Amino acid sequence: MKKIKLVSKIELAGLYDWLQHPEAGGIDLFIGSVRNHAQGKEVLKLVFEGYEPMALHQMEKLADIAAGRWPVKKLLMVHALGIKNIGEPVVVIGVACAHRDDAFEACRFLIDELKKTVPIWKKEYFTDHTVWVNAHP
Amino acid sequence: MDILLFGIAREIIGDQKLRLPGDHGIDTVMGLKTWLLNNYPQMGNLNSLAIAVDQEYAQDDLKIHEGQEIALIPPVSGG
Repeated sequence: MKKIKLVSKIELAGLYDWLQHPEAGGIDLFIGSVRNHAQGKEVLKLVFEGYEPMALHQMEKLADIAAGRWPVKKLLMVHALGIKNIGEPVVVIGVACAHRDDAFEACRFLIDELKKTVPIWKKEYFTDHTVWVNAHP
Repeated sequence: MDILLFGIAREIIGDQKLRLPGDHGIDTVMGLKTWLLNNYPQMGNLNSLAIAVDQEYAQDDLKIHEGQEIALIPPVSGG
């Protein structure tokens, strides 16, 4: 069973409950959040923008690949869009498997591939300028 | 033909959508990339420039035509 969503605000409460499965002995929950610095400078906030239908489609494809590669009982991918302040969660990946090795590997695969292929963009707001992350060498 | 724009590509072009001129003569992904680089040289400074056709990343030789959902995908940075 999988849950894939784009939301304006990530509510962490309830995600562990959703991931629980009677056959799952290992549940991995990765939370990516906004940190207060980048390139040695203070970050005030991030703004996320997505090509929403394609982002959901690409997340579904990644979930299907992971479910084919590891014995996944439950899988969730949730990404936030819009303005995010320091400390707020922006992405959550959750994987429930019988054993922890599979859960760790599937979780790592999903976040790594999400960052490479899912069409979501973040803009960092510093005190005196803004940067689209990864845009330029 | 309309091209959907996001992130820094939206800012470079200055709109949410780019309408190609009627006589553009573009029929492949590569043709579209070349047209974009010629008309918006700042695109050449980006780490990468991908085109999505109907919500899939497209190879350079893919044929494109009216009626498809075409989007310009600058370097992604989710997560």
